[in-house]
Amino acid sequence: MIYTDVLIVGGGPSGLTAAKMCCEAGLSTIIVERSHILGGQLTKQTHKFFGSKDQYAKMRGIDIAVKLQEDIASFNTLTMMLETTVVGLYEDKVVTILQHNEYKKIKAKAIILATGASEKFLAFENNDLPQIVGAGALQTLVNLYQVIPGKSMVMIGSGNIGLIVSYQMLQAGIEVKKVIEATDRIGGYKVHASKLKRLGVDIQTRKTIKRAIGKDQLEAVEIVSIDENFKEIEGTSEIIETDLLCVSVGLSPLHQLASMMNCQTTYISELGGYVPLIDDYFQCSVPGVFACGDMVGIEEASSAMMEGYLAGLYTCNYLNQPHLEAESLISHYENQLYELRNGLFGRKTLRGIEKRKENLIHA
Amino acid sequence: MTNRIVEHPILEVKPKKKVRFVFEEKEVEGVEGDTIASALVALGVVTMGHSLKKHRPRGFYCAIGNCASCDMTVNGIKNVRTCITPLEENMIVKREFVEDIQDDIH
Repeated sequence: MIYTDVLIVGGGPSGLTAAKMCCEAGLSTIIVERSHILGGQLTKQTHKFFGSKDQYAKMRGIDIAVKLQEDIASFNTLTMMLETTVVGLYEDKVVTILQHNEYKKIKAKAIILATGASEKFLAFENNDLPQIVGAGALQTLVNLYQVIPGKSMVMIGSGNIGLIVSYQMLQAGIEVKKVIEATDRIGGYKVHASKLKRLGVDIQTRKTIKRAIGKDQLEAVEIVSIDENFKEIEGTSEIIETDLLCVSVGLSPLHQLASMMNCQTTYISELGGYVPLIDDYFQCSVPGVFACGDMVGIEEASSAMMEGYLAGLYTCNYLNQPHLEAESLISHYENQLYELRNGLFGRKTLRGIEKRKENLIHA
Repeated sequence: MTNRIVEHPILEVKPKKKVRFVFEEKEVEGVEGDTIASALVALGVVTMGHSLKKHRPRGFYCAIGNCASCDMTVNGIKNVRTCITPLEENMIVKREFVEDIQDDIH
């Protein structure tokens, strides 16, 4: 059995920032990360962030990932376990992990869940053909591994991720044949859409994919126009030849570990799906278990980092070993979060957060 | 290796050390920093395996070790999530539930 004050599950933006706070407060901390690298989604984000300096604005995600790791590199109370997957989580805070084909157990005084999210999928004929990939996955292949999996692509979804990834695929030399959107308006920021349009990319609304065509891998897609009830309009079928189809229809929180520990979870559409219910201090219904980042509601990485700092600070408070600057840091990061949610997208998130709080019953 | 970026407006593209491994009994090469899956995609492999019941081809999908689409047998260990496993020299990589696949490796 390995003993630690804090166990953090997930080494992405919220896990790393939470770790920094716990380490600064002098708590022994373990980060468990299933991938072989830290940084989560940041490691593939070549674009610059919006917001203010405190929210890492004007920095590229890839550089933020490096910065967050540098911030915690010098703490000898921190253990990072990469290529390690949590396979069992129990209410007494004993955690079973699998690392390099070996099972181990960790006993923690507090647990911070920061598992992030996975990409949503879409139902259509032949949707399982090879070369139909998630937007984040394509971004990882191209930006992180510098591998180009195809010559051309069609993007489903015009949210910020769909638009940004389309632009980044152009930068890598992949032809973007079309971006399609099922609703009547482009979902992401205008600035991203304009960049694509300037480069001649066709963004079409009220369009959806009907089927993928191909035998052993994707060869073409059939797209159709849809009406306001999302029903196909006859006679609008169009076949586009392409060797990549990218699906960018949103993300779902990876809530499963919270459920495994009997933390209360509820479906909240504004937050992207099932989420663990948390109070104002990021604590789940099981005392001593905290959750933050995309796992408790889909937002941008900037918010995930602010939440990570806060969840870390509140975890220190829970363990009666508060961070020396707890008070000022908490108010600082709460303000940052408030600012980040001040926009149009924030309103939906705030509605979801209200629901998340209303439904919580502490054990 | 034609499927790798050679020039990029933002990313630094550095020459990387080659990593030799064995895929489906063929000697192939990836580069340092690759996962098993990224090396295979760079080699032009699109079928990562087949589904259990209907034997439909499975491709690279999530890249975060969540979807099981790229699971393979590596050095005799089954169900290795190749998208989050770093490539190592001399690894022996095999698909699972294979149906007669004709690879077109570059």
